[in-house]
Amino acid sequence: MENNRSKLNRELAQMLKGGVIMDVTTPDQAEIAQEAGACAVMALERIPADIRAAGGVSRMSDPKMIQNIQAAVSIPVMAKVRIGHFVEAQILEAIGIDYIDESEVLTPADDVYHIDKTKFQAPFVCGARDLGEALRRIEEGASMIRTKGEPGTGDIVQAVRHMRALNSAIRRVRSMREDELFETAKQMGVSCSLLQSIQKNGRLPVVNFAAGGVATPADAALMMQLGAEGVFVGSGIFKSGNPGKRAAAIVQAVTNYKDSKLLAQLSDDLGEAMVGINEQEIHLLMAERGK
Amino acid sequence: MTIAILALQGAFAEHKAMLDRLGANCFEIRKLQDLSRPFDGLILPGGESTVMKKLLRDLYLFDPLFSKLQDGLPVFGTCAGLLLLAKRVTGGEPCFGTLSVTARRNAYGRQLESFYTNQDFGGLGSIPMPFIRAPYIEQADDFVTVLSQADNHIVAVREQYQLATAFHPELTGDPTVHRYFLDMIEERANQQMTHLSFHQDCKTWQAGSLSPKMGLCLTKTENN
Repeated sequence: MENNRSKLNRELAQMLKGGVIMDVTTPDQAEIAQEAGACAVMALERIPADIRAAGGVSRMSDPKMIQNIQAAVSIPVMAKVRIGHFVEAQILEAIGIDYIDESEVLTPADDVYHIDKTKFQAPFVCGARDLGEALRRIEEGASMIRTKGEPGTGDIVQAVRHMRALNSAIRRVRSMREDELFETAKQMGVSCSLLQSIQKNGRLPVVNFAAGGVATPADAALMMQLGAEGVFVGSGIFKSGNPGKRAAAIVQAVTNYKDSKLLAQLSDDLGEAMVGINEQEIHLLMAERGK
Repeated sequence: MTIAILALQGAFAEHKAMLDRLGANCFEIRKLQDLSRPFDGLILPGGESTVMKKLLRDLYLFDPLFSKLQDGLPVFGTCAGLLLLAKRVTGGEPCFGTLSVTARRNAYGRQLESFYTNQDFGGLGSIPMPFIRAPYIEQADDFVTVLSQADNHIVAVREQYQLATAFHPELTGDPTVHRYFLDMIEERANQQMTHLSFHQDCKTWQAGSLSPKMGLCLTKTENN
């Protein structure tokens, strides 16, 4: 039964593929996101750009606010908990959340341990900067992976770095001799059986999305061409001039990510993009949280 | 035989993997130009029906696909695909509305209510069925054939050359339902050939020289 649950949870992520998951902070925004073609929404009190600006400790959102968003839309609703805060995760599971994001965007609650996600019925998505991190999260029970990127910046550079690091590591593992896998597993801090499955299948055993810094249809298509199976958009939509239009354009860009003519049309007249901050200008690197 | 898979969002790659295994040709439909290739059947995959509905309109795919469905193009919808075909949708709006059933969206509840079961499919034996935030069919009109039931709800139906399941056979590795769909396409091709031969007989043409293969070719021309 336990196994079935983790399989069902991985399969829900398969249904999200080719889609865009959007950060929303109110039921109204959730409806705009659903109408624009979001395949799921991430309910949170403040979007990452505002969390960054406000500083202080950032926690799981008010369950009441999440429930209002659940009531407003028919698509899956996700919400974030602090890294290692398994009680916040228990609370989200109790209100019937569809996916829990154990997220570096919030202030970590545990600087050593992540949540033992195998103890939950609800599925988890976790951030990763490279193959080792992704596999460690999968062994802890994550049923979906996303790049960490650098949330709330509108700067795509870190998401690109993480996606490239992960996929090139998979290619390296594919080309290894079997006896080399043991040492690599040791270096990565992961089990050899998981690496063997990577070598055999040439991909993660779970769905892998891009997240962190996606602000334009071109950013979304870039991540898809680099091998993402779908895209999270956080601050990029509701920090921009025309959220509905930008959201719909990003949705189409993810479906037709190789069609440059369409991408050109989609990039027309979108209004102002979020201002963004360069990675060199920020003091807090959220991606460094939770390895 | 060539199958087109609607690849706007969702689990379309899993259908392709299953068709590859069964040796059927297939290609993805992501935009209008993709429809210029001939195909004998269409798969509407699982995913979010709201997303697919919006993209069908935004990418100008709705009208041409709708007219193909009205012409009797064989179609197979899983989960969200069932919702796209259903004439009536509880908790949502219909899309193509060519399948004479009432489907209830998110009928079992949220992800925590997703489940597996094994049930008979159309008398072909018991098959594994994953239900993921799935719909079920509340009511099917009299002329619709019920192929599977689970928990007293209808979860697989056929109406003429339309096949729909509330569950995801593409995730299980069991090819029963996909094979059934391919047989359905063949059946239609054969029927059209018979129809054509009859038609040609009337015009005193040589109907006997038509092979099933040619029948299929002619079907394609008719469809496009």
